[in-house]
Amino acid sequence: MSTVEERVKKIVCEQLGVKESEVQNSSSFVEDLGADSLDTVELVMALEEEFETEIPDEEAEKLASVQDAIDYIVAHT
Amino acid sequence: MTKRRVVITGMGMLSPLGNSVEASWEGIRAGRSGIGMIDRFDASGYNTRIGGAIKDLDIEPYLSAKEARKLDAFIHYGLIAAQQAVEASGLDQCQYLDNDRVGVAIGSGIGGLEFIEKSVLAMDKSGPRKVSPFFVPASVINMISGNVAIRFGYRGPNIAITTACTTGTHNIGYAARTIAYGDADVMLAGGSEMATTRTGIAAFSAARALSTRNEEPEQASRPWDTGRDGFVLSDGAGVLVLEDLEHARNRGATIYGEVIGFGMSDDAHHITAPPESGDGAARSMNNAIRDAGIQAADISYINAHGTSTLVGDVAEVAAVKQVFGGHAHKLAMSSTKSMTGHLLGAAGAVEAIFSVLAIRDGVLPPTINLENPDSGCDLDFVANTARAADVRIALSNSFGFGGTNGTLIFQRFEG
Repeated sequence: MSTVEERVKKIVCEQLGVKESEVQNSSSFVEDLGADSLDTVELVMALEEEFETEIPDEEAEKLASVQDAIDYIVAHT
Repeated sequence: MTKRRVVITGMGMLSPLGNSVEASWEGIRAGRSGIGMIDRFDASGYNTRIGGAIKDLDIEPYLSAKEARKLDAFIHYGLIAAQQAVEASGLDQCQYLDNDRVGVAIGSGIGGLEFIEKSVLAMDKSGPRKVSPFFVPASVINMISGNVAIRFGYRGPNIAITTACTTGTHNIGYAARTIAYGDADVMLAGGSEMATTRTGIAAFSAARALSTRNEEPEQASRPWDTGRDGFVLSDGAGVLVLEDLEHARNRGATIYGEVIGFGMSDDAHHITAPPESGDGAARSMNNAIRDAGIQAADISYINAHGTSTLVGDVAEVAAVKQVFGGHAHKLAMSSTKSMTGHLLGAAGAVEAIFSVLAIRDGVLPPTINLENPDSGCDLDFVANTARAADVRIALSNSFGFGGTNGTLIFQRFEG
């Protein structure tokens, strides 16, 4: 079973079309990984799907980096 | 105001016959059918289980996986055909191109049907939060033109005319006028379609528009033949680079042909069927002939709309007889849809390209599967086998739901 971190990074790679080597825990979706506002909405949808959870919009807006997403998932699933 | 002359300097195509202009044209010259069993979805419960699909397309060189996911297939096809056309024209190598003077007019008859279907199903199953933020830009019709502009930096007029099966022809005609009038120096023009989806096949089937010759897919599209029973729905895209003659000359572009006439009309008759007289089609052809400033007898080849429907095929013959009189029996008229099937909004674009190639290569494309011509269908349809002929001027027809008609006339470029 993959860890939350591995699963989050895999989704980030798929959704944003980036290589695994480019994705650090500190990577910002917009600044470092080239996401635009629509990409981040879809990324959150993919995380919800993968972890079978619902991330409210006000929480989703705070998820700016890979680590933010990992922390949120760990705390809420 | 004098009209500026408009020439064709690049072409791109994806069709059931091949994933380039030359591969598709090779299929046409060989009289090959591109029709087969539908495999994009499980069509086993459908009355019609055949279609013309794009096969073995590697989109990687054109679109990253991330880009592709955000766009419906009709946009993939349109973008790829546009890129092929740009590369063929050498515009991408032109150092001094003024991008403010380059525009795009690429439409679609239906738009992002597959993306719409998937989104509705996801929403129905799991609620509104499952609708992608890319739903609208992935599926609305003007997003081929929008994405082409973004990709190449073309900042001129940007539009996507949608007129059902006349879409491709209308976009090309409009684009040519845009150049002739001086609003742009170069226009990418054409159409794209990917409507062979669960809903698309079901809907055209419900309208009794589609052939059900499921056992012999390659013989299903048979314009003017007594055995015809509807059209075959196909996918693909065609894009032409149209250019002001002086602009093309100045950059030393290869010129494939000239757009000399464009005409339009409507039947004002019925939502899906033409009148038996073909009256609307005749007025469209007459308008194009007048625009071109030629005589009807100057035309030696017609690429017909010729979809293989009972009423439409006969009406087009009646229209041609009305417009051309005795010359109708001297010219050649064929339906390349007998090989490609009906690409709806892309049909006029791929058929414009075949018309230009007929002129370039001196080849009349055949109408395949024409074994027993229907009564009254007594023109030279170039039955079953392509034929060499000197073609100087060719006319291409498109007719669509809503009774909308469009006609383009192309001429060999002779300086």
